Formats: sequence, structure tokens, C-alpha cells
Amino acid sequence: MPKIDTGDTAWVLVASALVLFMTPGLAMFYGGMVRSKNMLAMLMQNFFAMGIVTVLWVLFGYSLAFGGAGNAGLIGNFDFVGLKDLAHAVSGSVPSLAFVAFQLTFAVITPALITGAIADRMRWAAWVGFITLWSILVYLPVAHWVFAGGWLAERGALDFAGGTVVHVNAGAGGLALVFLLGKRRGWPKEPMPPHSLAWTLMGTGILWFGWFGFNAGSALAANGVAAQAFMNTFVAPAAAMLGWLIVERLKDGHATTLGAASGAVAGLVAITPCAGFVGSLAAVVIGAVTGAVCYLAIGLKFRFGYDDALDVVAVHLVGGILGSILLGLFADASVNAAGKDGVFFGGGWGLFGEQVLAVAVVFAFSFIVSGVIGLALKAVLPKGIRVTEEEEHTGLDLTQHAESAYAFDRA
Amino acid sequence: MKLIVAIVKPFKVDEVKTALLELGLQGMTVSEAQGFGRQRGHSEVYRGKEYTIDFVPKSRIEVLVDDPDVPRVVDTLMEHARTGQIGDGKVWVLPLDAVYRVRTGEAGSDAL
Repeated sequence: MPKIDTGDTAWVLVASALVLFMTPGLAMFYGGMVRSKNMLAMLMQNFFAMGIVTVLWVLFGYSLAFGGAGNAGLIGNFDFVGLKDLAHAVSGSVPSLAFVAFQLTFAVITPALITGAIADRMRWAAWVGFITLWSILVYLPVAHWVFAGGWLAERGALDFAGGTVVHVNAGAGGLALVFLLGKRRGWPKEPMPPHSLAWTLMGTGILWFGWFGFNAGSALAANGVAAQAFMNTFVAPAAAMLGWLIVERLKDGHATTLGAASGAVAGLVAITPCAGFVGSLAAVVIGAVTGAVCYLAIGLKFRFGYDDALDVVAVHLVGGILGSILLGLFADASVNAAGKDGVFFGGGWGLFGEQVLAVAVVFAFSFIVSGVIGLALKAVLPKGIRVTEEEEHTGLDLTQHAESAYAFDRA
Repeated sequence: MKLIVAIVKPFKVDEVKTALLELGLQGMTVSEAQGFGRQRGHSEVYRGKEYTIDFVPKSRIEVLVDDPDVPRVVDTLMEHARTGQIGDGKVWVLPLDAVYRVRTGEAGSDAL
């Protein structure tokens, strides 16, 4: 039986708590960007992920994602239903339950990312149905393919902490749902400015803080690879913030707080697949490129007329694609022996090709299955997946949850 | 008796209030308002998307005065609310049929 390393275990446990904190951080990041009448609904859609996904994970989610690990297959099995037989098991150098908890925090935040795309118009019951089915039908298989030695990992695609599994996956799901839900009434003509960017900046800080657990924790050990991933998680968002702000200042005339926050998050997204596979200087380049490109990607929704309310596509989908593909160029096996060399380090185009394939497969799978789930819910739910015009005008806080985020005048 | 209503820039409210008190006015009502005149609103840019905000925050000052005091009060309002920039606001004067003081039941000029 493999031996438990106490240092590794301590780090993975702490990292799990760090990553869980990202979900309320994401809720604040998004919440500040919606109008005040939809604040609680946004927080709730995110917060709820910590409830539903956790229960699913214990019941059968972990088992379907990580059962039969290394089978090069499409899905796990039912070996660990109810987390049975795991109480004393060891995974690598940590207790299996620490690994289960760490992976659970990823399963929680991934569907939560989708809420930014669908903001201000989805019926609560439809979101409950969607996140449940999406977690089972989209997240579990993709996590198995990439994180659990499934077929994509077996082919040789690299993804240190979830560029494909988390960001491309959620971005594609959000895009599919945006097409089914339609635009918010009045978009893009009526102004829908953020109600409090102070929340957004605070959420960004929490995301960045938690992301150290997300990326450095993915080393699953307290070692040099974890430290490299930690450093990359520091530097890529920093460079991305600068990249975003420079382009924004040149195009719009001002460097904005929302730009600083968005750039940092875009950099965090892009470095996620690369974190433990690239050096610090590569992280600067990856970050800077991503900050600039993601800013420009915001324009896509106006050009093609889809209402991705809080730019999940531009930040998570585009950032995830960039990071995953740039890894094919910047991967450096001298950073991590478990990694590979990319194009710039003499590894040839093999890895690059696998990265492109992994991105394309995850995008297509998530987009299609998310669309099918959305269509099914639209057909089955008596009131559909979208709120009425009046409910949308009144706001989701009151109509979906019978609460108000701000009641200063009544307090 | 007249009701004088002034829409002014919020940062000018304190100065106007002090000047009106110095004239001997006994009271006034101030409320937050929003609107636009020829100044129109302003624009804000979020992630590259420019929004026009039509309604600009303003303060609405209401004072009740006896007829002979109207010119002095209006002049004082105008003088102290003015910055010379676009968006300084407006002052208008309305006739008043009756005024009562709730506590004592006094009516007309006695209630001002």
C-alpha cells in the first residue's frame, strides 16, 4: 500500500478549501456586474452549486468521473458509489478522500462559471435542472477523459488544472444556453451597467487567492511543481491585467477597474492548463497575450448578436482555448518531468495537435450536450427556461427568490 | 405666496442653503432628483461597450415665500447655484393657494 505523505496531504486539504472559496468569489465577481435587481439571483445560482454538486459527487459523481481511472475510456464506473471503500484508501501520496474533496471543488465551480453567460433571465427551476443534468452528462465524462486517464489523456493531451475540463467546457455550455435563452430584453440598446464594481473587484481578489489552490494544488503534492504552478498563477494574471488595460486604454481611452479585474481573471483562466508545465517567463507571455486577446474577444458578441451577458465566452472559452493551445508551444519538460516539450522547446507539433484536438472535442461535446439538455428542459418544464417579460423587468431577486439584495430604504 | 422650486447641482446644495438662511428663510425641503436638460446625460464604458446615461443626479430645493421676498430668494438661488458650466439647473416659481402649519393650525403668511 502506498504511503501517505503528511506534507502533501496538508497541502491538498488546504488547497481544496482554497478552491471552494472561489465559487462565492465568482458569485461576487459576477454579482457586481449585474443590475441590482438581479444580484441575489446571481449569487444564488453560484452558491447553489456548492449544494447540488457536492451531494451528486458523493452519491455517484466521483465514481463516474474517477472510477476505473486510466482505462483510456469514455466514462468511469460505479466502484466508488457513496464513496465506499475510500475511507482508508490512498491516492498517490495523499488519502483518497483528500483527492475526492479536491476534485469536488472543481466540479462545483465549473457549472457555476456558466451563470455569467445566462445572467438576468433564466428561471430558477430551469437552472436547478440544468446544473444537475450538466454536472452528470457533461462534467463527469469530460473530467474522466482528461483528469482520470480517459481517452484524451491517453492520447497525450495535457491539462494541468482544467483549461479544457473547466473553462472550455463551461464556456461552450454557456454559449449553447445563451442561444436557447435568447437576449435580455433591451440588449444591446438599453444600458445594463454593472451595479457595483466594488463587488467585482473583491470577487476577483478571492478568485485569484483561491486559484493558487486550484493550480498549485493540482500538483497533488507539496513540491517544486506546485511551487512553479503557484508562481505561474501569480505572474500570468498580472501580465494579463496589463495586457487588457493597455489595449483598453488605447481603444476606449480609459483604464478601468472592470478591465483590471477581467484581465486578471482571463490570465488565471489561460494559465490553468499550463500552470505546472511551463516556466515563469512563458507565463508572462501567455498572460499578456491572453489579456489583450480576451479584451478583443468581447466584440464577438456584438458582431454576432448573442447576449453572453458577463462575457463567459470571451474570458473563459477564449481564455481556456488560448491557454490549452499555447501550452502546445510553451510546454517545457524541464519544468515538470511528467510534462512534455512543446514546439518552442524542441518537442515538435505532436503535443500542439493533441491540444487542438482536446479543445475541439471538449467544445463540441459540451456545446451539443448542453444544447440538448437546454432543449429538453424547455420542452419539459411547464413554464419553460426563461422568465416572463414582467419578471425580467421586475428582476430575478424578487420574482425567483422573494428577496431583495438592497433594502436600505426599508431597513 | 409662492412656491419656488430649484433644480441644482448636488454639490451646490450646502452653499445655497447657507445663503438662503442668511436671507432669513425659515425652512426648505431638499430631495434627490434625476433628470436632464440641454446638458443631456453622460456616457460610461464597460468592457468596451459605451452606454449613455440620460438621467443626471440633481438636487431639488423647494421653498415657500411671501410675494415680496420672491425676487431676493430667486436671485440668491441663482447666484449660489451657478458655476457657469452647462447643467447648472433651473429655478421656477409657482402660485400658492394656501399654506397651513400642522402643529398650530395657522394659515397663510403666518404659516410660512
